Amino acid sequence: MAIVEMQKLSVAADKKNRKALLETLQSMSIMQIENDHLTDPDLQKMDTRSSIAAFERNADELDQALKLLKTYGVSSGGGLFSEPDLVTRQQFDDIITNQQIFMRSAARILDAQKKIDEANGIIQKDTGRLTALSPWMGLDIPLDWKGTKTTSAFIGTMAQTLTADQVYALATNGLDDPCPADVNVIGVENNLTYVCVLCHNKIKDIVEANLRSGGFSRPAQMESGLPSAAKEKLEKDIADKKAQIESLKKEILSQAESKEQFKIASDYYRTRAEKYRTLGTIPQSENVFFLEGWVPKEKADDVAKLLTDRFGAVVDKEEVREDEMEPTLLRNNWFSRNVEGVLESYGLPQPKRADPTFIMSFFYVIFFGMMLSDAGYGIVMAIACAIILYKKKRLNDGMKKMLRLFFWCGLSTTFWGFMYGSFFGDAIDVIAKTFFGYTGPLILKPLWFAPMANPMKLLVWCMLFGLIHLFFGLGIKGYECLKSKDIVGFISDVLAWYLFVGGLTLLLIPTSIFGSIAGQQFYFPAAVTKAAKIMTWIGVVIILFMGGRDKKNWAIRIALGAYDLYGISGWLSDVLSYSRLLALGLATGVIASVINMMASMFGGGPVGAVLFAIIFILGHTLNIGINALGAYVHTNRLQYVEFFGKFYDAGGRPFKPFKQAFKYVTFKEEKQS
Amino acid sequence: MSMGMVYALLGAVLAATLAGVGSAYGVKIAGQAAAGVVSEDPDQFAKVLLLQLLPGTQGIYGLLVAFITLSQIGVLGGNAVTDTHVGLMYLAACLPIAIVGLLSAIYQGKTSVSSIALVAKKPDQFGKAMLFPAMVETYAILALLISILSVTNIG
Repeated sequence: MAIVEMQKLSVAADKKNRKALLETLQSMSIMQIENDHLTDPDLQKMDTRSSIAAFERNADELDQALKLLKTYGVSSGGGLFSEPDLVTRQQFDDIITNQQIFMRSAARILDAQKKIDEANGIIQKDTGRLTALSPWMGLDIPLDWKGTKTTSAFIGTMAQTLTADQVYALATNGLDDPCPADVNVIGVENNLTYVCVLCHNKIKDIVEANLRSGGFSRPAQMESGLPSAAKEKLEKDIADKKAQIESLKKEILSQAESKEQFKIASDYYRTRAEKYRTLGTIPQSENVFFLEGWVPKEKADDVAKLLTDRFGAVVDKEEVREDEMEPTLLRNNWFSRNVEGVLESYGLPQPKRADPTFIMSFFYVIFFGMMLSDAGYGIVMAIACAIILYKKKRLNDGMKKMLRLFFWCGLSTTFWGFMYGSFFGDAIDVIAKTFFGYTGPLILKPLWFAPMANPMKLLVWCMLFGLIHLFFGLGIKGYECLKSKDIVGFISDVLAWYLFVGGLTLLLIPTSIFGSIAGQQFYFPAAVTKAAKIMTWIGVVIILFMGGRDKKNWAIRIALGAYDLYGISGWLSDVLSYSRLLALGLATGVIASVINMMASMFGGGPVGAVLFAIIFILGHTLNIGINALGAYVHTNRLQYVEFFGKFYDAGGRPFKPFKQAFKYVTFKEEKQS
Repeated sequence: MSMGMVYALLGAVLAATLAGVGSAYGVKIAGQAAAGVVSEDPDQFAKVLLLQLLPGTQGIYGLLVAFITLSQIGVLGGNAVTDTHVGLMYLAACLPIAIVGLLSAIYQGKTSVSSIALVAKKPDQFGKAMLFPAMVETYAILALLISILSVTNIG
């Protein structure tokens, strides 16, 4: 349970050391720089926007180039468990010296891609034209031919299906027979008739009007020359463009060996952009610059000393101003640290408040294990996480924490699996029975009891675990009340509820209803029952009178108190919610048994064994996936809704130190300083 | 064989079928939304896939109840139901997960769609996005619990 205390430092130093000082801070990744309060009108801020934009554009171009290389088949890592490449300071500096070469190389890739896109556009257009041209292939005169000196040609489509005679009749409507006109139907397609009508000039106006009234129109895209020639030209054009694309792809791939350098250069530009962003917030006079920032308190002296010794800076410790809030940085032991990500995704605690990570970590791992509850699945999960952690040592912190958390959850799952007697469901017994003819008693006996044999008993246990979890949550609230010396709050909001809920629970246990659910009747001595009654009543009275204690009017105060008492229904639904521990636990075990049963349907013998193996592996892979997801989601839910609901209201802002914005690489040696 | 067996089997079949249909629908609409997000931002694949799978659990709960029922009524084990009353009791016991499974999976699917939209806009809010569909599932779990407890206590 720890939130790292923060100290605000203010730094003033000679402007000539500005670059070096900022770079040192950036590589140390220790200070969150915030200059919002340095608003002296005499101080100037540098306008760094154009530099930031330039650096970001470079980083972006390199990223795009990398992405394109990946598209064309040059693998560059990536994926869920990708880790940054290791580079030495020397390699890094070499690339920075030659940055222009790599920028040009990236530009060539982007340029080639632009040309590829253009070529693809033209191919698409040509293909469209070819399609439009295909019905005209039977025409042996140019499409745009208008006729001879004495004749006129109408080449186009009629918007209906017609024969040559029908077109002729339509075109010569109202003219004397024989008429100096000739009709050729080139083809019929999609309810369109492709026609070529030739007539003498003297009747061309009438023929045109007739044709138009019959739905005639000239082709929208007029190809010049013979249709067959036009087609040939278009096809050649498409082939040319395709060849061009191939050569452009080759050009892109020819830059592939620079991809490692692209990564480094991209990270370099991103880091510089970050630096200039910070630089833009730094106020400065003619010779001096100022900055303020948060550092962890225990490091404050070291940072101050370093800045003073190396850069002759003046460093002061500042008090926290009223309108500002410290950033939150969590620090927990090697085990609890791993659930920090879970807490973060809900919201960090505010400074000076309690950090629930420590308590949460134990319940998280236990509840996850109860929900997945299969020894085989737990072992698979723990081993998978351990292997990834062992092989990929440079994964980012968040991913490492997640994997470690699931490693522990895997162990917990194994534990609960043995408690419930489940190892890939009832795999051991099914295999013994199917392949070895075993008929004796259960081989893998549960250490505790099998949930299917007595679900009601497990339900009661789940609710008990839930009640303990909730009481811990209430306890954290009590701890915060006491820490802020709010004794009245502690008694009326925490202690009263302990008495009320605890008393009611003690009263409930010896009842016959509870006895029939749990399958066992409990008998308490009369003194305990009496004490429980007294506890409950004290709780009720305190909540009734103190629930609305911030109201002066007593009637309103009691009414609010009575409303608070109604909160007991919330406790009831919260506790019932822990029944999911049972439901999801049963789901895993029963489905695993179904899979084993299906796998063993083919009997013993070699064929049966092969089919068994296939169904077993596929089925259990599916089951472990879907149930691990369920366990993860619902463990989170129990923490977020039931547990946090009792005391937690997030609202902290994460500590984001000024640091190198490395995405692809990390330095081989330890950080300097 | 009495009608009891028919009713009991009907219960098991309804549990698996209705809950399965609900889940199929929920996973379908969430999957469509997820595919849309991935087409814009392939990096969000893992997150939206998790959100898509959330409404899939009801089908499993239905299967679970169906299986427990089948293993009690003499289809996969246990003794055949000879009494019509007992058969009707099995049918009644299967109804909570059948009905709640069907409807909650559909509603959870719709909630998942909204959460997927949330992740598309704010990928860092995944933890919260996951919570909203999980809230809907609570009622499927409660129904599952009642169905299991009823089925196991009939025999």
